[in-house]
Amino acid sequence: MRILLVDDEQELVETLAERLKIRGIEACWATTGDAAMDFLEDENFDLAVLDVKLPGISGIELHKKMKTKCPDLKFIFMTGHGSQDDYAAGTAQTGEDYYLLKPVNIDQLMDKMTKLLSR
Amino acid sequence: MNRQLDIEMATELRFFGKMTASISHEIKNVMAIINESAGLLEDYSLMAEKGMPIDPVRLKVVSERVAKQIQRADGITKNLNNLAHSVDEFKKSVGLRETLELALGLAQRLADMRSVTLELQPPSDFPNVITSPFHLQNLIWHVLDFAMDASGEGKTVGLTLETGPESVEIRFTGLEGLTNLWETAFPTKKEAVLMEMLGATIHRDMNAREIHLVLPRDVQQQLTDSQSITENSD
Repeated sequence: MRILLVDDEQELVETLAERLKIRGIEACWATTGDAAMDFLEDENFDLAVLDVKLPGISGIELHKKMKTKCPDLKFIFMTGHGSQDDYAAGTAQTGEDYYLLKPVNIDQLMDKMTKLLSR
Repeated sequence: MNRQLDIEMATELRFFGKMTASISHEIKNVMAIINESAGLLEDYSLMAEKGMPIDPVRLKVVSERVAKQIQRADGITKNLNNLAHSVDEFKKSVGLRETLELALGLAQRLADMRSVTLELQPPSDFPNVITSPFHLQNLIWHVLDFAMDASGEGKTVGLTLETGPESVEIRFTGLEGLTNLWETAFPTKKEAVLMEMLGATIHRDMNAREIHLVLPRDVQQQLTDSQSITENSD
């Protein structure tokens, strides 16, 4: 399984990538939408985990661009927004199965990734 | 008058809401990094229990990462605390260095989201002004918000100060896109209300691509002077 983590907090994606590596998952990371798109030029991924709010572009917009480039790529979104309204709005756009609140629980992330890729 | 009060209250609450939402989002990010770091340490300890060697350098990296995030959280909460205390007194002497540093600290995440760099270009002197600290922060935010939109291709907004005997000018520089945006977009009624409260004015310098926010060194003196001018002219 190869995944791409996209969040403007570099230390978050770096650490998350290392934890996934320990679990046998190859994870690359990017901190901007442009850097994420650059990855898709050269490499193949099964799944991308996107922060909903990125500098200059929302995770939802980036999802559309990435999906156009790689139609088979699967997505999970994560957000720091705490309110129920934000969560409801986010899941309405993406589906609850593909949405995670920060701080991320690694077991929950692993569970969602496995379910998504087995569909 | 009621409408004026409504605008004042809505502007104040919106500013407070915007800043606290941004701060809470930033704190969430700090917690997320600390959470992953704690998780990584747990992963390492499980690996060690299974007899796998752990390089001490990796532990040091995680420890430094946590310490850095604690420092970051300290800065964020200090900004929140300073913002909260800015409503303690309606009028007081405030240092413009602290005021501008707080303004940039509060705006940093919102600037990052727009990929805009904010730069405080220190002048030789950071004077104090007697004013309403909260409303000054509010007005600076409004100008910064507009200035970020007007930063054009350069995507950098500079802040500097010019000090005069009666007034102080906060200059927002590097606004390459100022021409097209200015005419209809700024200042709006919200800024006009704040300007009136602070005895402030806003000017533009199209050649230099700058906005100048002019503040009296003593808001009470300024308002008294303008009142007596109005009374004399009546």
